[in-house]
Amino acid sequence: MSDEALGRVSKGQFVRVATRRGASLRLTVDGDPVEAVEGDSLLAVLMLNGRAVRHLEFGGEPRAGFCLMGACQDCWVWLGDGERVRACTTLVADGITVWTDPRRSGHV
Amino acid sequence: MSKVVIVGGGPAGIRAASVLVEAGLRPVLVDEGRRAGGQGYRAPAPNLDLDMKSLMGTEADKYSRLHALFASMRERIDYHHGTLVWGVHERALHTLADGVARTIPYDALILATGATDRIMPLPGWTLPGVFTLGGAQVILKDQGCLIGNRVVFLGSSPLLFLAALQYRKSGASVAAVVDTTPLSAKLVAMRDLMASPRTLARGVMYRTALRRAGVPLIDGATALGVHGKERVEGVRIKDGRGHERFIHCDAVAYGHGLKPETQLAELAGAHFRFDPVFRLWLPETDTDGRAGPDLYLAGDGATIGGADAAEASGALAAHALLADMGRPSPEPELARLRRQVGRLRRFQRGLARAFAWPVSQAAALPDETIACRCEAVTVGEIRAAIQTPLGPREVNRVKALTRCGMGRCQGRFCGPALQEIVSGACGEPVADVGRLRSQAPVKPIPLHAVSELEQTR
Repeated sequence: MSDEALGRVSKGQFVRVATRRGASLRLTVDGDPVEAVEGDSLLAVLMLNGRAVRHLEFGGEPRAGFCLMGACQDCWVWLGDGERVRACTTLVADGITVWTDPRRSGHV
Repeated sequence: MSKVVIVGGGPAGIRAASVLVEAGLRPVLVDEGRRAGGQGYRAPAPNLDLDMKSLMGTEADKYSRLHALFASMRERIDYHHGTLVWGVHERALHTLADGVARTIPYDALILATGATDRIMPLPGWTLPGVFTLGGAQVILKDQGCLIGNRVVFLGSSPLLFLAALQYRKSGASVAAVVDTTPLSAKLVAMRDLMASPRTLARGVMYRTALRRAGVPLIDGATALGVHGKERVEGVRIKDGRGHERFIHCDAVAYGHGLKPETQLAELAGAHFRFDPVFRLWLPETDTDGRAGPDLYLAGDGATIGGADAAEASGALAAHALLADMGRPSPEPELARLRRQVGRLRRFQRGLARAFAWPVSQAAALPDETIACRCEAVTVGEIRAAIQTPLGPREVNRVKALTRCGMGRCQGRFCGPALQEIVSGACGEPVADVGRLRSQAPVKPIPLHAVSELEQTR
């Protein structure tokens, strides 16, 4: 059976297979509005909606995290106040602003 | 009363805490996770409709028991969740939680820091869509997400089969399970694997279930590379008969077994020795987990043993600590726990042979392959540094010259491969090229955490 037939066409890399009940949250990622549900990690939201978390400082190749458990540090993103966080271990809060490139966060 | 601090909220840390609580102590449990359980027994958030009983399969009862044990003692311990321990110095832990730095002094320390995936670099392994095998399971349990629609499970680990089954149960299409160790190695390892027939039977059952489901299982393969432009499009392998194959997929779960997280143990004063079976440097402990004065190690963070060994070794470490405080020891119980840990760790040594670290893959890596994903250092740059006149033959000197292992992950993911690449390039046994030393902070922290620490001194 094709993925389309299974009804699992995702616009991103990740596929959600369990329902998340809870409050809807809104955030912006690099200026674009994105929706999430309470309990979602930033990485899950980025990868449900896209295919890369960031671009490497050396050479600009796309990266999407790797270990998914807070060890490899390959999923750093920046919040509106300039704070750097690991996307995989950070829960989305309503109204946050996320920048995947620190130069765009206005704090570098 | 002595202040006992445990680091790690997985099976080892939870069981250690419960033994201390039963003895009338109130331990501090510091856990980097948001919820107790560690990685393997990770509990989903309450608002995620995930059938953990089905996902955990034969281990569902143990999973429930461990979480029930934690809930029963929650009010009798000081539990600091979401708290990173980034340094150990003069009997104090330096921690960071939600941006707030704090120092936690201790009289005795139990480290139950768990493990991460051991990874051999591969052309294309930094492409979006390639994740660690452990990570593929974590994102399912933690977020109810699959790493992709059509997934290849690649590497060498019994967890390849477990994770592939969990993914299939959850609706993923499993393109293949590709094991880089041949089946013949499993037969050779059988003597040690018989140390835990039940676990062995479970592994065979996973394989059978996958085969029945029509999932291609490829043994004794050589991983040649992950392909794609900006995202994973497939995996190229050479199968056990030497035929090259391309397997289409949009995600890869990749891993070669587990590696203890030993950075804090090193900062706390543990000594290390090279283990030729795991081909890793492991902290030295006695049978009960003593690693130095008032320092105890338990679980996979001491040596890989799996969840059951983690629980038993957590209990042993706590009993050792109590004995060292002059409390009476329940000898028959200790003897039983020692036998159990010994048996399960012997089984894991069998697994390390049955699912081998692919040393030959390191030697065959093309020069342009990235070895250090943090600093984008290639295998060729490492080889070139070694091959210069009077070039380094020790990994820390190679790190200083090439920046391999100097990045954000502090060598967690490139360290074991760096040892093999250096060993291969200079022709020395891997035991003789050293290991990357750990330094505080063991994970990156903002500068203010250090400056606040200075102010509290």
